[in-house]
Amino acid sequence: MKKILAIMLAALMLFAFAACGGNNATDGNATNGNADLKGMSESPISEVALNVDYEVPEDFKIGFICLHDENSTYDLNFLRAVDKIQEKLGLKEDQVIVKVNVPEGNECYVAAKDLVTEGCKVVFANSFGHEDFMIQAAKEFPEVEFCHATGTKAHTEGLKNYHNAFASIYEGRFLAGVAAGLKLNEMIEAGKFTAEEAKMGYVGAYTYAEVISGYTSFYLGAKSVCPSVTMDVQFTGSWYDATEEKNAAEALIAGGCKLISQHADSMGAPGACEAKGIPNVSYNGSTYESCYETFIISSAINWAPYYNYIIGQTVKGEEIAADWCGGIAEGSVVLTGINQDVAAEGTFEKIQALVEDIKAGKLNIFDTANFTVGGETLNSYKADVDTDAAYTADTEVIADGYFHESEFRSAPCFDLRIDGINLLNEKF
Amino acid sequence: MKKMNFHIVKREPMVWYKAVLVRAIAIIASLLVSAVVIMMLTSKNPIQIYSSMISGAFGSSLRIWSLFQNVAILLCIALALTPAFKMKFWNCGGEGQVLVSGLATTAVMMFLGDALPYPVLIIVMLAASVLAGIIWAVIPAIFKAKWNTNETLFTLMMNYVAIQLVAFFLKYFVKSGSGILTPMPEHGLPVLFGQSYLLNIIIVAVFTVLVYVYLKKTKHGYEISVVGESENTAKYIGINVPKVVIRTLVVSGALCGIAGLLLVGGTNHTISTTTVDGRGFTAIMVSWLAKFNPIYMVMTSFLIVFLQKGAGQVSTDFRLPSAISDIVTGIILFFIIGCEFFLQYKILSTKNRKEND
Repeated sequence: MKKILAIMLAALMLFAFAACGGNNATDGNATNGNADLKGMSESPISEVALNVDYEVPEDFKIGFICLHDENSTYDLNFLRAVDKIQEKLGLKEDQVIVKVNVPEGNECYVAAKDLVTEGCKVVFANSFGHEDFMIQAAKEFPEVEFCHATGTKAHTEGLKNYHNAFASIYEGRFLAGVAAGLKLNEMIEAGKFTAEEAKMGYVGAYTYAEVISGYTSFYLGAKSVCPSVTMDVQFTGSWYDATEEKNAAEALIAGGCKLISQHADSMGAPGACEAKGIPNVSYNGSTYESCYETFIISSAINWAPYYNYIIGQTVKGEEIAADWCGGIAEGSVVLTGINQDVAAEGTFEKIQALVEDIKAGKLNIFDTANFTVGGETLNSYKADVDTDAAYTADTEVIADGYFHESEFRSAPCFDLRIDGINLLNEKF
Repeated sequence: MKKMNFHIVKREPMVWYKAVLVRAIAIIASLLVSAVVIMMLTSKNPIQIYSSMISGAFGSSLRIWSLFQNVAILLCIALALTPAFKMKFWNCGGEGQVLVSGLATTAVMMFLGDALPYPVLIIVMLAASVLAGIIWAVIPAIFKAKWNTNETLFTLMMNYVAIQLVAFFLKYFVKSGSGILTPMPEHGLPVLFGQSYLLNIIIVAVFTVLVYVYLKKTKHGYEISVVGESENTAKYIGINVPKVVIRTLVVSGALCGIAGLLLVGGTNHTISTTTVDGRGFTAIMVSWLAKFNPIYMVMTSFLIVFLQKGAGQVSTDFRLPSAISDIVTGIILFFIIGCEFFLQYKILSTKNRKEND
């Protein structure tokens, strides 16, 4: 009997500890208790306040469908925005319904239907593979608005109540790339390696336009301040695979990469960088907490402005655009603060100046003067904008001297293989 | 040397109302323990949590249909595995057998959907699906019967082969590279009375009865039990053991084929590597908990699907991490499985002269 009691007590203690843990989230401005560290700066992009020019009725409901839960940095980013908009609009708990861990299959269609029966006027899904099932639900419930992040079919599907959204995250990646380039310059000046050896590594999920657009803008940002830089890209074939991402980062470091960035959702790459002391430019949010010796900066999409937009349009009875792409000006593209212990001197000021240029339209990320493909400057390129089985290149995207990313549809379509970037493998 | 101060003995079979009572106590105890855990971890009211679980399963007609449709699929896979289990052939390959059947169904829907008249299409879908399930189940059976290979490992490995096959064919089917095959409801199984899940439920209900009769009332069923109890006895009374093993796995695979057909043709109308979603393994628990009795399996599969649906609703309603609902599900299953032990065995204190309690 005593033994059993002891076991039960031990189990109780375990639960008590579990209850105490897990609430250590801080805002990233901390210095990990070390007085010698300067810690994080503010974000170089000043926060854009949400503009609410409507009243939300008591019976209004919005539903969210997420592929994973808060353990994935990708989904966490959506969930944080849900909290933000809920607080801003003062929505009650039962006005915001969140379904997590919804796979990219029939479950998504069932979840969307369930949200409609719960009374949601707007249903939002966050994963690329949810698209077909959202369209299926949208056809069935024409009176409900269906909004989908990262999808590509809204502008060709022709449904009034189905919409795609993205953000011009390539702007954020470009700015993060500038921080990377400045760091490389600092290391070159310090004599750690020569300008010719300045090579970055990039861990990508898949060889899709979304990832290509991301790493190219990152590279162009770095190159704008460090002209001799080159980059190796290693793909993992998964959006979330901590082991593969760690392995890819380690392989890149072993291959001579002096700085790593990534477009995948686990802590694999930043963790590997922290272990090897290699500077890291992160994505989806700050990884400073666990990687404060190597984290430089991170870009992320803030979905709150889009939520604000779709709720506002629905409440006002106005149409939601088939494609919506928010940028820095809308507050959709954000940067974390800069880790002042790792980033090069002057990074903050440089990025701040570039933000103003982007807002003023003076800086086009994909300016054709800044990159070549096969040694040639491009004057014309047709990209695959309309989804079809054969990847038909259907739309001219180069005009006025730059590649018009995210203008003909919200999701990225930049899929050029530019000079200076070397793909170590490809994963589809 | 210190001795254990209790020992375990097998019980006489309990009268039915006592057994029901023990199970009821187990469920109540599990709810109480979960309530304590919920309060400790989340400071939410457990009554709210339980009512949210119930609403997740029965909250709207859509949820009720979806509940029974999921019960039907899980039950169908459990029915498929049961004849093999009864024979002590540890078929852990339900996942793969259902998945390849689903893949076969998908292929027929894609490539013959427009070419064949609808009734013929359904027959071809059925044939392809059942055949694929049989092939996937019978390969390990042949190896077991001929060379006595380990069927647990073999069937498990066949699951991974099936998953990779689906991944491979998705690359081939979906030219855009997104890996998502657009659903093809137009080539699906017929919809009865406007209820898209009704046909699945009826078919599985019929198979439940058929499997019950097959196992309890037929010569095949008897042979399965004998091989399961003792292979030597089976050999002694003249049962051709390899033949029974292979034949039973043909039945098992064919039923998995039905599950694949219902899953892809009846509900999803598309396939992905996660279409079966672990149900090939959950079905093992369904079958065991019900002691391989198809009628009890209706209840155990209902219980498991109810817990899953309820748990999902809890994490939606309270925005709790899904781990919380998994913990609750785990506690409830732990008590239910645990009480089965106490129904079969009792613990007696060993008489000794020490002052131990």
